[in-house]
Amino acid sequence: MHDHNRRQFLKTAAGATAALALSAHLSPAGAAVPPTAQVNTTGLAVTDAEVTVGDLHSKTGTMAISETGSIQAETLAIEQINAMGGVLGRKIKIIYEDGASDWPTFAEKSKKLLVNDKVAAVFGCWTSASRKAVLPVFEKENGLLYYPTFYEGLEQSKNVIYTGQEATQQILAGLDWVVKEKKAKTFYLIGSDYIWPRTSNKIARKHIENVLKLQVVGEEYYPLGHTSFNSLINKIKIKKPDVIYAIVVGGSNVAFYKQLKAAGVTSDKQTLLTISVTEDEILGIGGENVAGFYAAMKYFQSLDNDNNKKFVEAFKARWGKTAVIGDVTQAAYLGPWLWKAAVEKAGSFDVNKVAAASPGIELKTAPEGYVKVHENHHLWSKLRIGQAQKDGQYKVIHESGLLEPDPFPKGYQ
Amino acid sequence: MSPSEIGGIIAMQGFAGLSLFSVLLLMALGLAIIFGQMGVINMAHGEFMTIGAYTIYVFTTTAATYFPAFAPYSFLVAILGAFCIAFAAGYLAEYLLIRHLYRRPLDTLLATWGLSLGMQQIFRSTFGAKEVSPVIPEWLLGSVKPTEAIDIPINGLFVMGLTVLVTATVFLMLFKSRWGLRVRATVANRMMSNAAGINTKKVDRLTFAIGCGIAGVAGAAFTTIGSTGPTSGSLYIVDAFLTVTFGGAASLFGTIASAFGIAQTQSISEFFMTGSMAKVLTLLVVVTILMMRPQGLFASKVRR
Repeated sequence: MHDHNRRQFLKTAAGATAALALSAHLSPAGAAVPPTAQVNTTGLAVTDAEVTVGDLHSKTGTMAISETGSIQAETLAIEQINAMGGVLGRKIKIIYEDGASDWPTFAEKSKKLLVNDKVAAVFGCWTSASRKAVLPVFEKENGLLYYPTFYEGLEQSKNVIYTGQEATQQILAGLDWVVKEKKAKTFYLIGSDYIWPRTSNKIARKHIENVLKLQVVGEEYYPLGHTSFNSLINKIKIKKPDVIYAIVVGGSNVAFYKQLKAAGVTSDKQTLLTISVTEDEILGIGGENVAGFYAAMKYFQSLDNDNNKKFVEAFKARWGKTAVIGDVTQAAYLGPWLWKAAVEKAGSFDVNKVAAASPGIELKTAPEGYVKVHENHHLWSKLRIGQAQKDGQYKVIHESGLLEPDPFPKGYQ
Repeated sequence: MSPSEIGGIIAMQGFAGLSLFSVLLLMALGLAIIFGQMGVINMAHGEFMTIGAYTIYVFTTTAATYFPAFAPYSFLVAILGAFCIAFAAGYLAEYLLIRHLYRRPLDTLLATWGLSLGMQQIFRSTFGAKEVSPVIPEWLLGSVKPTEAIDIPINGLFVMGLTVLVTATVFLMLFKSRWGLRVRATVANRMMSNAAGINTKKVDRLTFAIGCGIAGVAGAAFTTIGSTGPTSGSLYIVDAFLTVTFGGAASLFGTIASAFGIAQTQSISEFFMTGSMAKVLTLLVVVTILMMRPQGLFASKVRR
């Protein structure tokens, strides 16, 4: 017992000396590096030279298709930040964990990152199911998660920063555009059968019926992985909707568009608006099968601005010439930059201080243009409409103003 | 709606049912041979289909890049390639893994499931985690229009034609060839076949490999209607097992009848209700019939 106390005393003393010595230490950029004891009061994995963060996505399993892009974007952002001198004079070290497309594994790995590794922040998750699985862990262990996917909303947590759009940002402006530009009167809503498409279509239906005073002629859900859509396509042919509003995901997505094309439902005869087909998905679907259809997202790889040109160039230099960048990949890229800005504003790595400092953070260097963190931890962002091209890219044909995130929209639930 | 439009919808809906029938039959044929004739629960069936899909991807993209003149026909050659590669992979899997587990069905189930996970990761490491799209030749895209109101998808016709061809070949081989005779003898009575001088081990290996090869052809054909990715095969595995089990494991006729029944139930119910409910109804029908006839639609005539 006595021995233990003595050891602890020595440790504290050593720490204090190190802290004193540090106040004189300079970062590569020449600015003074604040002592570790000052920027880390909660026992995070922060040393004088290094800060550790976690990266938690599915490298294996079904979801690897989608999450690979996010891992690449986060890695790139962190490498760029390190090349600029890191955060508060400390280089960022990444611990990668594989959620393996399995939600309990996500929860377990997040616990490992927060409890054993004491990471200062985690960039990760893709599906809502994985986010819901890790949320209690992040709230209990007081971690900080940057979540990149556009999602259904209805959630807000002190411990999560949502860098993708919530449903109203992605849906309302897109529907307004299609009504104005295409004079649409009737809609057919289609989705894969799980929470995101169902919640999104619920919001879409309320907007179409209550706000726009137009008509929904059909609303249908198909099991994940469903591969035969011929009966559905016949029903669409009977109802003749002005717009097909599609939120089909995964392997079903490819089958859906290939079969639409084969049944003669192409963009010259039918308007289709989707919120689930990014450039990543077109790789699998094939550009010729979606050419002419519209997507509503906040980011397209073809966006014409200087930030984006630099980003696309850096991404291809790092991950190969053939790499494509979808909406979520860009949102994942924002995570580390938003965290860096918040840490510097707070002058600390402590989760409470970083979370408190986050609202109001602006990012003028974002590839999508400009984003700002809202009080509710979502981002102010724009919505774009892109028209799919044969080469697998989107042509941006419309851009909204800056949209306020509203994860709990009144009148839409 | 005009009468001609209604007629068109009815015709297209009829085709949708037949199209689904041929998809189910094609995916289940390979499994029917392996599971039905050999009793091996091959959980990696979907991954052998994926081998076929990736073969198409490699063949067609290579052809499109290096031999553009040959590109429109590369698809047909690639299907043969898919059979050969899946056949070889199946042969190897039988030799290394399956043959040690013939008398332990539950262990085979676990082993082939492990095999499927391993194969998925191999696809992922080789071709990347993201889905790819093979170059589908122009002549396979779009639809034929017998009248103004009817669109018959060409890829559906193609899958249908291929299914007829493969099914007929399997039947010919099973009932007219030496191999077929030996397979049927082995299924009927292994001991007796051994005693009569049939090398049943060789028969097993060949049967397994042919089943896998047919899975490869199915996977190749489905690139025209579905996705090509590391886990694409898992989209089909449940339906394939459903079709074979419902039909009665050891009967090829049963597989055909069950594919037809499931396809019609599903496509008709999908037309009148939403997709998820149609699936529920189809499964309910299958489960109810299996409760009354646990041996499936067509019971095997094998003496147990």
